[in-house]
Amino acid sequence: MSSTRAVAALDEQRATVERLRARVAAMEDKAAGEPVPTLPGLTDILPMHAGSTYAVDSASLALALAAGASRAGEWVGFAGCPDFGAEAAAELGVELSRTVLVPDPGEHWLEVTAALVDVLRVVVLRPPASVTERAASVLDSRLRTRSAVLVVHGEWPRAAARLSVETSTWFGPTAGSGRLVERRASVAVHRGARPPQRADLVWPGVQRVDRQVREVRRVSG
Amino acid sequence: MRVMVVWCPDWSVVAALEEAERSLRSPAAVMHANLVEVCNGPARQEGVRRGQRRRDAQARCPELVLLPANPDRDARAFEPVLAIIEDLRPGVAALRPGLLAVRAPGSWYGTETKAAAVACQALVEGGVWDVRIGIADDLFTAEQAARTADVQSWVVVDEGGSPTFLRGLPVHVLQDEGPRGRELVSLLQRLGLHTLGDLADLPGDAVEHRLGTYGATVRRRARGEDRALFAARTPPPELEAEVAFETPLDNVEAITFSVRTTAERFIGQLARHQLVATAVRIEAEADGVVCSSRAWLHPRHFNARDLVDRVHWQLQGAGSTSRIGGAVRGRKDAGDVRAPIDRVRFVPETVEPAAAHGEALWGTASDDLVERGVARVQGMVGFEAVRRPVLQGGRSPAARQALVPWGERAVDLRPVDRPWPGRVPGPAPVRVFATARTAEVVDDAGREVRVTDRGVVTGEPRRFRVTDGTDLPWQPVTAWAGPWPTDENWWAGGTGPSARFQVVGADGRAWLLLRAPDGWALEAAYD
Repeated sequence: MSSTRAVAALDEQRATVERLRARVAAMEDKAAGEPVPTLPGLTDILPMHAGSTYAVDSASLALALAAGASRAGEWVGFAGCPDFGAEAAAELGVELSRTVLVPDPGEHWLEVTAALVDVLRVVVLRPPASVTERAASVLDSRLRTRSAVLVVHGEWPRAAARLSVETSTWFGPTAGSGRLVERRASVAVHRGARPPQRADLVWPGVQRVDRQVREVRRVSG
Repeated sequence: MRVMVVWCPDWSVVAALEEAERSLRSPAAVMHANLVEVCNGPARQEGVRRGQRRRDAQARCPELVLLPANPDRDARAFEPVLAIIEDLRPGVAALRPGLLAVRAPGSWYGTETKAAAVACQALVEGGVWDVRIGIADDLFTAEQAARTADVQSWVVVDEGGSPTFLRGLPVHVLQDEGPRGRELVSLLQRLGLHTLGDLADLPGDAVEHRLGTYGATVRRRARGEDRALFAARTPPPELEAEVAFETPLDNVEAITFSVRTTAERFIGQLARHQLVATAVRIEAEADGVVCSSRAWLHPRHFNARDLVDRVHWQLQGAGSTSRIGGAVRGRKDAGDVRAPIDRVRFVPETVEPAAAHGEALWGTASDDLVERGVARVQGMVGFEAVRRPVLQGGRSPAARQALVPWGERAVDLRPVDRPWPGRVPGPAPVRVFATARTAEVVDDAGREVRVTDRGVVTGEPRRFRVTDGTDLPWQPVTAWAGPWPTDENWWAGGTGPSARFQVVGADGRAWLLLRAPDGWALEAAYD
């Protein structure tokens, strides 16, 4: 009886120690690494961590990465996206009242993004055609001291992970009849030199489809 | 206590005509729900009456000017009239737009007649043409006296003379008291009571039984026994704040620094009245002339820091020459304004009770942080370059959203909850081009695909491309859906009958294309 109580007390103390450790880490500018909420369909293939940069090659993936944090009550921003689709964002759960747009930052894109990273949780950036190594490192060092995530739609010299749509199929329309209903895309996640990890996602809603389930469905259908 | 009532007949019409800058002599009527609510003298001469349908009114008087009802406008236009009377005698009560009461300023002007003459003259000098004044022992009698007076004239009912004065009045004077009054008039007439004297002669308890509390009140008034008091208004507080510079300043940074305390004072005096400002006009004067004036709306309410930011943006915008759209200014070249400013004024345009804007118990610290960060971005790229997306109603994806400058309130949005027939179903496109890009769609034989007037597609779309850039060359179509025909804004020379198509390209991306009479356009991408 007394021993169990002692263990419980120890556990309690241990929890306190963990908490304090986390706080010390946060004070030492190691806010980087704390997880950032993502959409349920993306949690397995791409757990996002604060202070990292992720590169994507399609606007819908960029939106999906920002939507999770916005759904969880965080502020998000889009820089350099003059073609932001507000309705699609709202459908995916982005809270538009907590969304900041800088559609055309022009030559100041780097400073604007750095200022947004200071205060927002997820910043989606469509950079100009060429990004120098130096510009990227400026942003990266800024990111490390903030608890934000940078999602780059385009090329970026160094990214924690790179998401690309490999194949994409729209279901619904045929020759003149029907309408767009559902999209399935195979998304590959590249992390450095490791072999890419693949997953099938379904729009709208960005849900993960298990490959085996799809096989079964195809056989039965 | 003697009461003076000033009556401006048909005030809604006068206010509306003045706002529309029309002559006050033209026959006019204020309409509400397709019925005449108020009409003026010239219209009445032609046979227009309150409660008539618009069609009937126009049949009697084809040149009738129809004006929309707007109680706010009426009250706003009446404000100067109140101020004129307030100058003569404080303690004015606005009974409704067009009708005000004040304690009769008797002995100061000698007699009441003289006082009425002075008031009348002041009002006519102030531009109010049709004024009638009544003075009596109580409010009801004074109002009735004013209603019997002629234009720019007055009727004084002697002390204790109310019952005699009211006796002879027909009961339909009660009609002006709203639906309750009209109902009572109709009942009294059916009972054979045609004057207020008839009603006053009835025993009080019988009237109360048959006509209820309102009937008893009217009877008491008709006997001159109702000494209802009116609540005099307190003049609205002066909420403007201004700062004058001894030596005119020509640098934006210096001006913003100098207006800080004034902005704090402005917000502070609003707060003392338990108010917050949601719209503020900022005026800057150079050489005694207002050289820059702009109204700023705030999505929530202004604090001192917000105001200083707005001053900065406004004067900077006036200073630099070409800052339209997302143009960006360098950090160093900012600062010089066109002319040295010697005065900055804050005018509250909309104030609301602070209780409606209370903050949550735990504050909104993180939101404040975001506001500061965004204000910094606005400092870099300009006020208009930072936007906030909002949804609105419409048919094309571009029309269904609006990008509002950060820190402004969205105005004139189309309602989202209407059906919007003709809009394209399915998931919303992720990329919406602000201006549609010209495109080309051809069929098997390479002929351009068209949509006939009857909505028939002339050929199967096979290939498409964007013609304004090179990033989307010819691409085969694997699937397509449509057309969704629309004919928007045809009453104002719109684009003409057009149709939208959803097109899936060979790479698995889908696009939204519009076929207008003058060619194809790429409106959005499902990416």
